[in-house]
Amino acid sequence: MDKYRCTVCGYLYDPKKGDPDNDIEPGIEFSDLPDDWTCPLCGASKDQFEME
Amino acid sequence: MNKIEIKPGIYWVGGIDWHIQDFHGYKTHRGTTYNAYLIIDEKVVLVDTVKHYLYGEMLARIKEIIDPSKIDYVVSNHVEMDHSGSLPKILEEAPNATLITSVQGEKGLRRHYKRDWNFHVAQSGEELSIGKRTLVFVHVPMVHWPDSMVTYIPEENLLLPNDAFGQHIASAERFDDEIEWGVLKEATATYYANIVMPYGTQVGKALEALGGLDIDMIAPSHGIIWRSRIPDILAEYVKWANHETEARALIVYDTMWGSTERIAYALAEGLSEADVPVTVRSLKNTHISDVMTDLITSKLILIGSPTINNGMLPSMGGFLTYLKGLRPKDRLGFAFGSFGWGGQAAGEIEKFMKDMGWEVPIEYVNLKFVPDTEELGNVKSIGKELGKILG
Ligand SMILES: [Fe+2]
Ligand SMILES: [Fe+2]
Repeated sequence: MDKYRCTVCGYLYDPKKGDPDNDIEPGIEFSDLPDDWTCPLCGASKDQFEME
Repeated sequence: MNKIEIKPGIYWVGGIDWHIQDFHGYKTHRGTTYNAYLIIDEKVVLVDTVKHYLYGEMLARIKEIIDPSKIDYVVSNHVEMDHSGSLPKILEEAPNATLITSVQGEKGLRRHYKRDWNFHVAQSGEELSIGKRTLVFVHVPMVHWPDSMVTYIPEENLLLPNDAFGQHIASAERFDDEIEWGVLKEATATYYANIVMPYGTQVGKALEALGGLDIDMIAPSHGIIWRSRIPDILAEYVKWANHETEARALIVYDTMWGSTERIAYALAEGLSEADVPVTVRSLKNTHISDVMTDLITSKLILIGSPTINNGMLPSMGGFLTYLKGLRPKDRLGFAFGSFGWGGQAAGEIEKFMKDMGWEVPIEYVNLKFVPDTEELGNVKSIGKELGKILG
């Protein structure tokens, strides 16, 4: 399970934790997040994330 | 204290910080102000506060206008303590006030102050009628924190954008037409370079979101209020957000025994011969935040350090760490240095430039101990060549 970091604000998406702010349960891979998912901290789109 | 009315019924009630010289590592030669605004309507609204030690000044200014217990709403556009630092005290003074902030603003304010204030979380685009006027809250994430929000008052064509469009200037004057433009422009550029530069894309989005609004006054949270030079400053912001630069060169270096400095000057000579305006900054004398003022307009960046103990000078390491965070894009880079043995620094600087996504058209120069005349002649030629590449 790869972690992805927001290149705008530095938020780290950890699939093990999910993203409770956007109702993303733990265990969801970054690639499986919906296309319109955005960074819970700064609103950056998925393509602005890079694999850690 | 004289009242400062920026629009009928809207007052500047901020604090002037004449003495601050170090704003979390940013050298503020001219001091700064923390701008808070009081709106008198059917509801009384305070937009932002001041750094904690200027609370007394803000309160005195408010008391000139109204009894502070009459404040109905306090808007916190930004969590950072230079603007939220007086929230605890003013909310004691106005215990019935509702505290309006963004989604991330509420989280941040709770983490800072551990108080269960009467929060109202404003969604982006939310409107609040306060009588004759409306407050419109627009989230502008990462301009320059995740919580950042602006407040717009359509009836007044007034934008209160918090840190965006700010400058660190302490002055008796409040408006852009009361102060010399060169001073104001430079202070705005320094501020952008040191605070906002990493978030050019977000600034672009914010400018887009605000582009449709009628605005005849921009009242930021630091420094001077814009009313006469709005088109000028918007044009500068668009340039900076797009990382647009000029055909100028900036040489930044530090030196141990003068060799790296001689290389820096040989490069400067070559660049001048190619008719390129060149700025030379030694990290011994120039604060890293002042270097950023030169960097924001320069396309070509030349960086040099000698090697000490198998690495670059710590001053250069600090500078590059700062530079990395500010993320200037679309630059041409050239690295140089001197060494006695080892000689890692120049290569490390070049690698840094490539990691930043800068173009490095000519490989770094690294000279042993003290450069001789021929070597300096070659360095000068490199400077000239870089100047031609810059065009
Ligand atoms: Fe800030
Ligand atoms: Fe600020």
